[in-house]
Amino acid sequence: MASRLILSISKTLLMARLKQSIVAAAGVTFGITMFITLMGFMTGLNSMLDGLILNRTPHIRLYNEIKASEDQPISLSPEYKDHINNIRSIKPRDDGKEIYNGPAIVAALRNDPRVFGVAAKVVAPVFYNVGATDITGSVNGIDVTNEEALFAFSTYVPEGDITDLNNISNSVILGKGLADKMLAEIGDIVPITTARGQQMNLKVVGFYQSGLADVDNITSFASIGTTQKLLGKTDSYLTDIQVKLHNLNLAPALAKEFQAKFGTEAVDIQTANSQFDTGTQIRNIITYSVSIVLLVVAGFGIYNILNMMIYEKMDSIAILKATGFSANDVRNIFINLSLIIGISGGLLGLGLGFVFQIIIDHLPFETSALPTIKTFPVNYDFKYYLVGIAFALVTTFLAGWFPARKASKIDPVEIIRGK
Amino acid sequence: MSEQIIEAKNISKYFHDPVKVKVLKEVSFSINKGEFVSITGKSGCGKSTLLYILSTMDTDYEGDLYFDGELLRDKKRDQLSHIRNKKIGFVFQFHYLLPEFSVLKNVMLPGLKLAELSAQEVEHNAMEKLRILGIDDQAKKLANQLSGGQKQRVAIARSLINNPLIIMGDEPTGNLDSKNGLIVFDIFKELAAMGQSLLIVTHDQDFADKTDRIIEMDDGKVIKQ
Repeated sequence: MASRLILSISKTLLMARLKQSIVAAAGVTFGITMFITLMGFMTGLNSMLDGLILNRTPHIRLYNEIKASEDQPISLSPEYKDHINNIRSIKPRDDGKEIYNGPAIVAALRNDPRVFGVAAKVVAPVFYNVGATDITGSVNGIDVTNEEALFAFSTYVPEGDITDLNNISNSVILGKGLADKMLAEIGDIVPITTARGQQMNLKVVGFYQSGLADVDNITSFASIGTTQKLLGKTDSYLTDIQVKLHNLNLAPALAKEFQAKFGTEAVDIQTANSQFDTGTQIRNIITYSVSIVLLVVAGFGIYNILNMMIYEKMDSIAILKATGFSANDVRNIFINLSLIIGISGGLLGLGLGFVFQIIIDHLPFETSALPTIKTFPVNYDFKYYLVGIAFALVTTFLAGWFPARKASKIDPVEIIRGK
Repeated sequence: MSEQIIEAKNISKYFHDPVKVKVLKEVSFSINKGEFVSITGKSGCGKSTLLYILSTMDTDYEGDLYFDGELLRDKKRDQLSHIRNKKIGFVFQFHYLLPEFSVLKNVMLPGLKLAELSAQEVEHNAMEKLRILGIDDQAKKLANQLSGGQKQRVAIARSLINNPLIIMGDEPTGNLDSKNGLIVFDIFKELAAMGQSLLIVTHDQDFADKTDRIIEMDDGKVIKQ
């Protein structure tokens, strides 16, 4: 009963100065709208940029480094132990880049609960034969199903169907830049020579466009089997094992573990892309600073308007107190008033923010670097809506609470006598 | 005589700004139930200040003040609010109605705050009070759409809503023309005739002469009662 009376008084005070109340609520709405819109837009752009690298980079990559034997014969000789040894004779072994026991490692990784997925790969250095000249490059033999599941491979194939790699024998997806140089269309046959001199004709079934010109000019994709055939290797020949984890942050530790366990080299995404990591951090700092500035500015606006509203009502406070309303009642009336403004303005802000996000999401944004993106990216994360409404409530509560507390302490006589 | 509603013992009050001035000097008096009392004096003699203290709104004073047999000194603010709400009806020089609310709602608010009756009963009582004061036809209007005399009558209706022990007025006719002033006085007289206690501060000697008892003040002291 009592609280309902307080609420109804608050409402009447609000409705009596409807214009002013709307302006106050609009202040809240504006702040929250801007917050939601900008956060959605900025984090959307950020995650697009992150995705540019993250989506196609394995969390851990297992491979074999070609390196000379550390135990050269002369260093094993006790006679020359104290000498500087310049004679080196043992060259790297012939197994080259092959991961020893590759298929078994893949199977073991698939059973590891920390691992989200595994995609094996065979990288073959090749020459693309274009008329009289050759272009050096590489053919990536990929496990199409897993490559698609882990790295959304098809996103980077604007023309052609990736499943054709498995369905059509001796097929290849050419890098877009490479295809332009070779004047190759889908359905054409292109000749490819390996570093060892073996030649093979592959049928073009699609084009690959990563957005990085250097990559698109030299890279093409085939199935693992086709690549093994091209190299003249058995079907256990693998050069890379790409691992995606459930938790990205475990990558450095697990890379060390796998390195020791499987006897291969292992590099984690943080080490491989440390400059990218820094970029992400800086973008995040910018996002957070902008959001904090937005909220602080909005908060001050809200505080100002509500403060003025309450000081205008000092007379009413005096009357209410003289007729028996207690300090608590007066305080609650004004806190109610603020919260009504906060809730209505805040909710409207969320709605408008959503509308603006949709508008941005439909603005065209086309760039050759990102073939699959046609409009600006927007992050509709619910988290920012929660932060927005919570902020609106907290600020309006505080903006109401401080002047309301002051008002509740005032002796009504002070105001009445002041007339 | 009958039981005392207000008993003031050696009430003193200082103003601190800009210099310390003693505006009330050991004022003592009492008011009995059913009395119609007026406090008169020149302006600046401290009569309004005294009334604010008696009404519990001003708590910064020295001396003992008993209201309805209770010492007010140690009461908390909320308890004082409750006393104002339930036992004191207040009429100011200016009407002090809430401009945002209708006339009826203005009258009802103290009753709703007291919450001893349902909203319907409070509304019924409020209409009754307005009818007694002859302004029930204005009930639905907003408070600031009324004339000065009507507003003051609404303020009186508001002061009556919780059937208070005493009605206090601070120059209730001071802002009205003589005709409306007379109407207001007649209302007070009728209320007094029904046994309502009233304590009215006024500098209008004609008004004071017509009350049961006059407390005359000068320079912060009671000089005659």
